[in-house]
Amino acid sequence: MGNQPLLAVKELKKDIGKKNILSDINFSLNQGEVLSIFGPNGAGKTTLLKLLSTVTDLTTGELKIAGESVVENTIHLRKDIGVISHHTFLYGDLTAYENLKFYGEMYGVNNLKDRIFDVIDEVGLNFCLHDLVRTFSRGMKQRLSIARAILHFPEILLLDEPYTGLDQHAIEMLNRVINGLNTTQRTIVMITHNFQQGLNLSDRFLILVNGRVRFEGVSNDFNLLELQEKYKELLGE
Amino acid sequence: MTFFKQIKALVWKDLKSEFRTKEMLSSMLIFAFLVIVIFSFAFDPTDETLKEVFPGIIWVAFIFAGILGLNRSFVAEKQNNSIHGLMLCPADRSAIYFGKVITNLVLMLIMEAISLPIFIILFDYSFSGSILKLILVILLGTFGFVAIGTFLAALTANTRTSEVLLPIILFPVIVPLVIGAVESTGAIFIGEEMSEILPWLKVLGIYDLIFITVPFMLFDFVLEV
Repeated sequence: MGNQPLLAVKELKKDIGKKNILSDINFSLNQGEVLSIFGPNGAGKTTLLKLLSTVTDLTTGELKIAGESVVENTIHLRKDIGVISHHTFLYGDLTAYENLKFYGEMYGVNNLKDRIFDVIDEVGLNFCLHDLVRTFSRGMKQRLSIARAILHFPEILLLDEPYTGLDQHAIEMLNRVINGLNTTQRTIVMITHNFQQGLNLSDRFLILVNGRVRFEGVSNDFNLLELQEKYKELLGE
Repeated sequence: MTFFKQIKALVWKDLKSEFRTKEMLSSMLIFAFLVIVIFSFAFDPTDETLKEVFPGIIWVAFIFAGILGLNRSFVAEKQNNSIHGLMLCPADRSAIYFGKVITNLVLMLIMEAISLPIFIILFDYSFSGSILKLILVILLGTFGFVAIGTFLAALTANTRTSEVLLPIILFPVIVPLVIGAVESTGAIFIGEEMSEILPWLKVLGIYDLIFITVPFMLFDFVLEV
């Protein structure tokens, strides 16, 4: 891999029909870096995450993971990506174990049984491993969703507003889990409306407005107030 | 091999959920029974006309009950946006299609295996044909219906009126299949020779081949919609 970034986005553009959703998106992330993306509703944040997760095709530009083009190696590169969203992607009529078994088989995880016990331990859900997911609280579902996302050892984690609908206790738990993930050198891209969480957890941040990157900063150089001021300034408030 | 393992995982996941909740199977079976009861009142079992319309009645029940099942086959994927989770997996999209086809086929065959004997008993129908030929026709007819039905169910799953839209776009497409299935079932029931049934079997076979190939090539785009 050499010195090339783990995730490289160059001149990325996405149109849906005749409407331009994203343009001129450029950034790169090295292994272990955490990037937060802020922006108002309709700025194109979720579309950007869909592009990064290979679920939707880009219109023009370049998207590379570990030097490999996502356009040319889509299926193969999906193994390197894990997504945690406010949607859990879980099946309510299956147990926690069955959900993880299903996703593990889809990703071709080796020693799946042991791996399931490892991740379930990591998110602290051992006590309800064989309970139906539809009986879980929102916080428990989100923790299981994290287990699902890291099950296949992805190098890049994409987080799409993971705090939505969580109470304070669940947010703290999620932060602990995300911090734990980062210590294992996972590269993380997080979309959030929560400035404080975004600043605390990231190394760098982007502010996306009307489908363009309007500001890029280093998280340690900003406190919450300064970030809010900058954000308002960019939105013309 | 990975492709087949992924299909197996998808079928396992869907059947596990279904046998736990019985949502699709129970609605299909109840509907098929209702059709049996209504037609058994509408037609006199001793009437000659019944012999002519009996194959049609069977396929009407199978297809309408099947549509109830197809409508539900992507419901679980919409909850929690699980379809997005499937699309993130390192799997060819056609694996998702074939997984759904196999699940729907298994559930429809279970419904047919339970309701067909009840049809024959309630209508007091004297069956003089070959059971093996009947099974072959039911397999071919059901497979073609499920192949195109699953594809169109995926297409309509994201619309607000999917339960209405699916029958509207599915019925015109399955007309050749229904004609072939009803004609060959009728011929088998009255004990016709294989040479009489063969042209209809060819229709069913060609239909199945076309409508498993087309969705296989287009399913990628359906999920993008």
